[in-house]
Amino acid sequence: MSTDNQIKLPTYVETPSIRRDSMAGDGPFKASVEIQNNLGFPGEKVDNWQEVAINKMAETKSKYKSVQVFLDSCMKCGACTDKCHYFLGTADPKNMPVARQDLFRSVYRRHFTFAGKYFPRLVGAKDLDEEMLDDWYNYFHQCSQCRRCAVFCPSGIDTAEISMAAREVMNVIGVGQKYTNQILGKVKKIGNNLGMPEPALKDTLLDLEEEIKDDTGVDVKLPIDIENSEVLMVSPSADFFAEPHIDGLIGYAKVFHESGVSWTLSSYASEAANFGMFIGNYDVMREGALRIRKAALDLNVKRVIIGECGHAWRVAYSFWNTLSGIGGGAEDDYALRLQDQLDSNYPQPQHMIEFTYDLIKNNKLTFEKSNNDHRVVTFHDSCNVARGSNMGNIENGQFILPREVIKAACNNFIDMPKNTIKSATFCCGGGGGLLTDDLIDLRIKGAKPRMHALRKSEKESGVNTLAAICAICKSQFSKVLPNYDFDPYMVVSVHQLVSDAIVLQHKLKQKD
Amino acid sequence: MSLISILLIFFFYISTLIFISGLSYKIIQYWNTPAPLKIPIAPSALDKKGVLLRYFREIFLFASLFKANKWTWLFGWSFHLALVLLFFRHLVYFWPGEVPLILYKTEPFKYAAYPLIFGLLGLLGRRLFVDRVRYISAPSDFLMLIVFIFIASTGMIMTFANNHPNLLIVKNFASGLITFNWSELPGEIIFLLHIFPVFCLIAIFPISKLLHAPGIFFSPTLNQVDNARKKRHLSDWASKKEDDLK
Repeated sequence: MSTDNQIKLPTYVETPSIRRDSMAGDGPFKASVEIQNNLGFPGEKVDNWQEVAINKMAETKSKYKSVQVFLDSCMKCGACTDKCHYFLGTADPKNMPVARQDLFRSVYRRHFTFAGKYFPRLVGAKDLDEEMLDDWYNYFHQCSQCRRCAVFCPSGIDTAEISMAAREVMNVIGVGQKYTNQILGKVKKIGNNLGMPEPALKDTLLDLEEEIKDDTGVDVKLPIDIENSEVLMVSPSADFFAEPHIDGLIGYAKVFHESGVSWTLSSYASEAANFGMFIGNYDVMREGALRIRKAALDLNVKRVIIGECGHAWRVAYSFWNTLSGIGGGAEDDYALRLQDQLDSNYPQPQHMIEFTYDLIKNNKLTFEKSNNDHRVVTFHDSCNVARGSNMGNIENGQFILPREVIKAACNNFIDMPKNTIKSATFCCGGGGGLLTDDLIDLRIKGAKPRMHALRKSEKESGVNTLAAICAICKSQFSKVLPNYDFDPYMVVSVHQLVSDAIVLQHKLKQKD
Repeated sequence: MSLISILLIFFFYISTLIFISGLSYKIIQYWNTPAPLKIPIAPSALDKKGVLLRYFREIFLFASLFKANKWTWLFGWSFHLALVLLFFRHLVYFWPGEVPLILYKTEPFKYAAYPLIFGLLGLLGRRLFVDRVRYISAPSDFLMLIVFIFIASTGMIMTFANNHPNLLIVKNFASGLITFNWSELPGEIIFLLHIFPVFCLIAIFPISKLLHAPGIFFSPTLNQVDNARKKRHLSDWASKKEDDLK
């Protein structure tokens, strides 16, 4: 989308009246045969797709308590209907979380429940026909799996679980999404989402070291593949490549430098993000996690730390211990092989924010906060961090720690309106495998609630900087901010704020 | 005994049988289905005590619904609370033999019929007039509310409009169902209209959205402790994937 024909949208948000089919369409680009086969899925829609799909539904609901329970226990109270940013931005009723689930639930009812088999009209049960499949593909790719709806559901129903299940079923019948599946192929082959090969990665890191040296006069290192380091840092590959992410990476490097803790990146596991979650496929997700495990074992590190990446942190925090034993408290040999190596004095894995926060609390970092005085900062809680993880092992730590880190580095911090932050945070509009240009219309509309909150804070408090700890949020905001008449460069990594204010004095300390 | 009494008694046992077997089936199914991943939703509980507190807030106060929508909360919460009070109020009829004094103390609970009907009409109003809620409503969603309203209305007509059937006959009939010591149904048609749809609801419980009652206890988003980093969580089918690595 070029800058000259940007649609300027109003930033107020009210619950819209429903507009049927306002987002009807073909959905995002479909994955090619090659992309699908690469992940072990059929390349094209299989002949007996209905049968395969129904069987896969049966399998999925027998393997996931969430899916089985959520399909049964919705009472259609409507609590979630005005909670989805895509509904608020598009008014398409199928973007109401319950209606999105119902695309899947109506088929479940038709094929798996007594009422749906014998009284389909009465209970809204529907066959899985071409039309329904098209709706699945279109509308399950208008869900960023941000789980905001689940916070408000009296039954705890999480639409993300249904959306993942639906994408899994579609992949199995050969109907996959190009963007996500192509990226998963790159991770599988090269080790990161960008498909950035090892030499390019190493070059980038050298360039960055030079850049920091030019800026600060200090030799801050960005080590890679260094065995026996204390810390393995796994960050989203966007950190190696794009603005504003890269300034966050520089921030991590400076913090490590100041901490005196030895650290390394890995060229084998150069991606924290795990898109396997988006397609609800346990094996693909596990494969991604196993790369990190292997890197941790091979490099013989004591700690694993994750960079600023929302989905990565949810997978790392909530799933890694399960998927690949990166964590603590295991009793089985497989997981213990790694866990015995890791330092149990620290939570495993840790978020970079936790690492920096600990240093701040122990007065190990010095900041020149006035360096950030030109900024009035607000913080965007990324959905997967906010609703699917924790930091610091304290209640609400995932909300407290990033804010404390920002406040340690900046004098001016203001939160956005209460119903748009923390557990009620609005998705940036690009999560869950939707950060692709073929969905740009949806992404712009889906950003509306967040943009509304930002505008309010801009007007009332002069906010001019939007800090985030998620690669997708940062990319999405950079892209859509101009559509709402904001400066795209107002997006920063939290560790960019740290980077701009941190005083590098590690060498001095060593002399003491 | 009249044919209608026999049929209704028969229907009671059929629906109770469906209720018990169907609900057991669903609960066993929920129980046995693994939750392979940790997916608690914020604000999540860091320990078991936190999970219990969370359930207390959800079940007794409908905390999430309160956050979501104050009207739906008001209607839904009054409806459910009234339902509980009225359940206790009705125990007096089903109690075989000497009724404990405490059950007589539930007499004032009959006024819960007012919040009950208030809540139900509110919920129906939302389904009819809020376009979003109308869109997601299937005919069964309306029907369910209408059946409840019908039960509540007939109950209120009996209780508050001097149409009460002979209490002794009601008690003999109701407690007879529990003790298999069957007796004649009260002659009033209004009683029949009150009790028949209740038996229907009992029957459809395990095959309808009433499953949200057991369902909430099995929601991994609500019942899991947020301690994934501290304790390895592994389901059977997922652990099998590690067999070749051990």
